[in-house]
Amino acid sequence: MTAAGSPADSVTAEWNMIAREVAAGRRFAGLMGTQQGDAVLLSAHLTGPGEVTTHDVVLPADASSYPALTPVLGAAFWYEREIHDLFGIVPEGHPRLEPLILPLAGEHAPHPRPGAPGLAPAAIWPDEHSVPRHVLGPGLFTIPHGPVRSGVMESIEYLVETPGEDIPHLNMRLFYKHRGIEKRLEQLTVGDGVLLAERTEGVASVAHALAYAHAVEQIGGTSEVPWRAGLVRVLHAELERLAAHVDAATRLADAAGLAVATARFGLHKERVARLVGRMCGSRFGRGVVVPGGVSGMPMVSGSDFLAEISRMERAVTADARVLMGTASFLDRLRGTGPLRPERAREHGALGPIGKASGFSDDARGTRPYDAYPGLGLGDPPEHRAGDALARLRVRWDEVRQSFHLLRQAADELSGAGEGPLRLPGEVSSGRAAGWAEAPQGEVLYDLRIEDGRITRCRPRSASFHNLVLFHEVFAGDILTDFPFIEASFGLSVAGVAL
Amino acid sequence: MSPWVLRGLRDGVVTTRWPARPDPYAEGWRGPAVVLDARSDRVANLVSLCPTGSISQGSDGEVTLDQGCCILCGRCVQERPDVFGWSRGAAAAALSRTGLVVPEIGETDQGLAAVRAALAARTAALRRSVHLRHVDAGSDGAEEQEIAALLNPVYDIHRLGIFFTASPRHADVLLVTGAGAHGMAEPLRRTYAGMPDPKIVIAIGTDAVSGGLLGGNAEDTAADGTPRQPVSGDGAPAGGTSASAGIPGGSYATSGGVGAVVPVDVWIPGSPPPPFAILHGLLAGLGRLPGRQESEGARR
Repeated sequence: MTAAGSPADSVTAEWNMIAREVAAGRRFAGLMGTQQGDAVLLSAHLTGPGEVTTHDVVLPADASSYPALTPVLGAAFWYEREIHDLFGIVPEGHPRLEPLILPLAGEHAPHPRPGAPGLAPAAIWPDEHSVPRHVLGPGLFTIPHGPVRSGVMESIEYLVETPGEDIPHLNMRLFYKHRGIEKRLEQLTVGDGVLLAERTEGVASVAHALAYAHAVEQIGGTSEVPWRAGLVRVLHAELERLAAHVDAATRLADAAGLAVATARFGLHKERVARLVGRMCGSRFGRGVVVPGGVSGMPMVSGSDFLAEISRMERAVTADARVLMGTASFLDRLRGTGPLRPERAREHGALGPIGKASGFSDDARGTRPYDAYPGLGLGDPPEHRAGDALARLRVRWDEVRQSFHLLRQAADELSGAGEGPLRLPGEVSSGRAAGWAEAPQGEVLYDLRIEDGRITRCRPRSASFHNLVLFHEVFAGDILTDFPFIEASFGLSVAGVAL
Repeated sequence: MSPWVLRGLRDGVVTTRWPARPDPYAEGWRGPAVVLDARSDRVANLVSLCPTGSISQGSDGEVTLDQGCCILCGRCVQERPDVFGWSRGAAAAALSRTGLVVPEIGETDQGLAAVRAALAARTAALRRSVHLRHVDAGSDGAEEQEIAALLNPVYDIHRLGIFFTASPRHADVLLVTGAGAHGMAEPLRRTYAGMPDPKIVIAIGTDAVSGGLLGGNAEDTAADGTPRQPVSGDGAPAGGTSASAGIPGGSYATSGGVGAVVPVDVWIPGSPPPPFAILHGLLAGLGRLPGRQESEGARR
């Protein structure tokens, strides 16, 4: 049954409702598909203060298309392309329906169809030839950056179209490192799911584990883990944020050729990684967050931790001050890669990218979790210039905030006494959304479990939501600005290509 | 004078002297799991403890663990600390895929020596100046951070005459991360083909060694080296390769590691392996750890 008459109308009505909600101030947080028997269920997520709501629309059985959401809500652009890749259904009216994460050729290509356990074929190979090649005008060159990049970087291909120096247009090809995460999550037990969540986007392991755990805890009917567990979660989440922001500074300093600054921030990042490793055995904080709480207390004493954090804060702050006073460095960032505030708001840009353009929706403040409600977050950073410099300023503000949160959480933990670190009982069936604020922005998990096993799990990283904005920030910038803009975005391809 | 001059001198020398001198961080590192007591009298099913299928039990109950599949989740150590423990040290790498199975079987020592000798012969010219080329074949992003850390002042890989290069034509060593995403198979092959001989390939991270939690295979061909036992939903080993098991058993999008795409010389497990483990694997592959067995440390 193709989309005609009543089923299409009900989809359109739902989309119009969502567009109205977004216009009224709610934020569009994602769109996903789930195979349910012969039909596909589309689920849209909207956020508001204190909540995430899910809006489901069931398409008719064996529907091959549906009216697209993108024409009324531009932020759905990549989401609908991803759904087309995974399910093969066509969003009618989508402005540019090209493969995004899994190019497949022909009508009878085997689609993975997340949500239907056991239906995926053993191996699906992407068909690069089904990715269209655009014909450019005369005098334009396409410079492919990737998928094998020129440094130690994740695989992604940027097709930079240029008449010489400036960059009027950029195309991104993400499908190279698609790993089939969504399908792999299915059939895992609730306990094992957190292991794969941690390895979905490695630079945000803790945040993904938290979002997943929150979803499990919601299904179990609670949003509160034991207080000490909530504090340990905050420690690791903020240390992860610190590592990511210092890493962004390192990359920017490296792009600018500031050798000492690069070395200094590399040293700070190493110190953070070693501290995290001493606390839990993993330099990335893996193995700490489990559904219901945490697996153990940090293996570093409160006083040692506070001493190390103080040392780090003094050193990082001093180096950041010098960096932000280095004129040649600031010159490269000022006015580079600007994201207009209207676009940030329209799209619901997450994390530092949004904050630097005046749009802030930090989940630790607007939809708090774990120990955040009991800790002082302080004022959100206020910037509007939207350029690479503003994004770095936001990161320094967040670093300052993170050190403050780390000290508070460590103090609380020292005086928090004994008690269990995990909620008792097993969670077996249900569906819920969970979220956490990763260094890149909000991570959102839509999780469905049945008899203790995952039947559908959709990790929506901040990187996936934000990377599409990379198309729009090359206003008058030239090729040599590219690494600054990329580093200022600070996103992870693993979280996009899934 | 630029303030950076003073900032640079601030902490003195922070660079490790490893491998010339021991480094406590390298030696104290908690690596992949090991088997403490292989002869388990208990008839208990230990295989199901591991979410990636690392643990095998012979018909006599004798336990082995394939570190190449270990993602360091710690379940086995937590549940059965009498049988399993953590390895210590940064020497996690092996020069053969089967070399990652613990406890080691005695008769492979000779085979291992042969592999080492062959590798040393190939890399004889690469001793003092080596160029590395990295390719991400579907990682989660963490391994790249640990490789990039080799350039920070603590590890300072340049002091060892080892450099990163952007061009495969200038590269001697190919570092590969990721579970072998199908979309990267061709770019990876082309990069490898673009490198002149002699060259060696290092698989960095459990995903690259075996596919880790993702597993998968390259259509009908099994992954290079020992085929991994895929796990079904309840953790028990599933029969056959993941091609027959479908999901669960592995992802449709990955090849059970990069061994199915390029010939791997050094296998470094870890999730992710820390910079010292990567450095150890690199130097072992180049034959620059004289007098040290590459099997010491993490295999104990």
